[in-house]
Amino acid sequence: MQRWANPTRFLKIAQAVRPWATAATIVCLAVGLVLGLGFSPPDYQQGDTVRIMYVHVPAAWMALFVYTSMAVASAVALIWRHPLADLAAKASAPIGAGFTVIALVTGSLWGQPTWGTWWVWDARLTSVLILLFLYLGYIALWEAIEDPQRAARATAILALVGFVNVPIIKFSVDWWNTLHQPASVLTTRGPTIHGSMLTPLLLMAVGFTLFYIAIVLTRIEREILARRIRALRLLASEEPAKVN
Amino acid sequence: MKPKRRRLLFVVTGMAMLAIAVGLVLAAFEDNLVFFNSPTDVVEKKVAPNVRIRLGGLVEQDSVLKMGTTTTFRVTDTRHSVAVRYTGLLPDLFREGQGVVTEGRLGEDGVFLASTVLAKHDENYMPPEVADALKKSGHWMGEAAK
Repeated sequence: MQRWANPTRFLKIAQAVRPWATAATIVCLAVGLVLGLGFSPPDYQQGDTVRIMYVHVPAAWMALFVYTSMAVASAVALIWRHPLADLAAKASAPIGAGFTVIALVTGSLWGQPTWGTWWVWDARLTSVLILLFLYLGYIALWEAIEDPQRAARATAILALVGFVNVPIIKFSVDWWNTLHQPASVLTTRGPTIHGSMLTPLLLMAVGFTLFYIAIVLTRIEREILARRIRALRLLASEEPAKVN
Repeated sequence: MKPKRRRLLFVVTGMAMLAIAVGLVLAAFEDNLVFFNSPTDVVEKKVAPNVRIRLGGLVEQDSVLKMGTTTTFRVTDTRHSVAVRYTGLLPDLFREGQGVVTEGRLGEDGVFLASTVLAKHDENYMPPEVADALKKSGHWMGEAAK
């Protein structure tokens, strides 16, 4: 793991990976959207409303995936004091919050025609709203503490504590009666979604993941550079003192 | 090496404690976390009349009766069923065999007076042709069969 700790090596790898990730994102999202919105069949119950799923479901998966990555990075930062893990978690938070907002908004737009309501306080919807607040709280805590090391420590603990919400979101539909339907793809019995709809859905999910990778690499790079600038400024302000 | 082990232990035990605490809280709040009660809950727990609750289940086959804007139907979980009366607009997916969640109160006569009716969607997604083919071949596993 320490091999990855060298920021210069990380920057080199990130710059090599990013163009490929970006290109693959564009291909996956373009093909996925054309298949999903144009060529996949309407659902036997929902009709064309089902097409909202091609954005809603990958966004919801990513909301959980990004938070899980943040929790893992935070644990690595707390335990092994890995210098890039804090930055990876910090860089992920706004992206995860964005995915959560997309999932909530598209879900609401789907709920109105399908269920007959924009919003209900069932366990799934409420726990995802809490996830959004966890993301926002995490971002706010980074901004609230000035010393970067103390901020990293406090936010890492918040990210780990908030992680208990992730299994609650995933299993809320199985543990309690909810208005939200149970999982269709990630089930023990295999997907309950027809192949013609599953293909565009999975393509979109891969596209969303690649998008996250491309954006998070850029954001980590930016954090590293910002940290270097801060170090240089500090050095510059100390220099005259040394001469004396 | 030593402080790393200590921090690892600290994080792992901390997360385990947290998981246990949250698990206990969720188990204690079980009844408040369910979004709706099934007809069996309503019958067996003897829900008092005029208490606002949500009742969820499947619309029983051949039970829907429409009179103007008032609809009466029975909500079933195959073990018990409860009669429901509702005045207002029904969601598009409302039909016999469909999952619904209704909100309202139990009347003195045992009829559930709903003020809202929401359609519940299931986890099955398929094109109409596939649904028709499944129904024809007798492999239909939709909500009516559950």
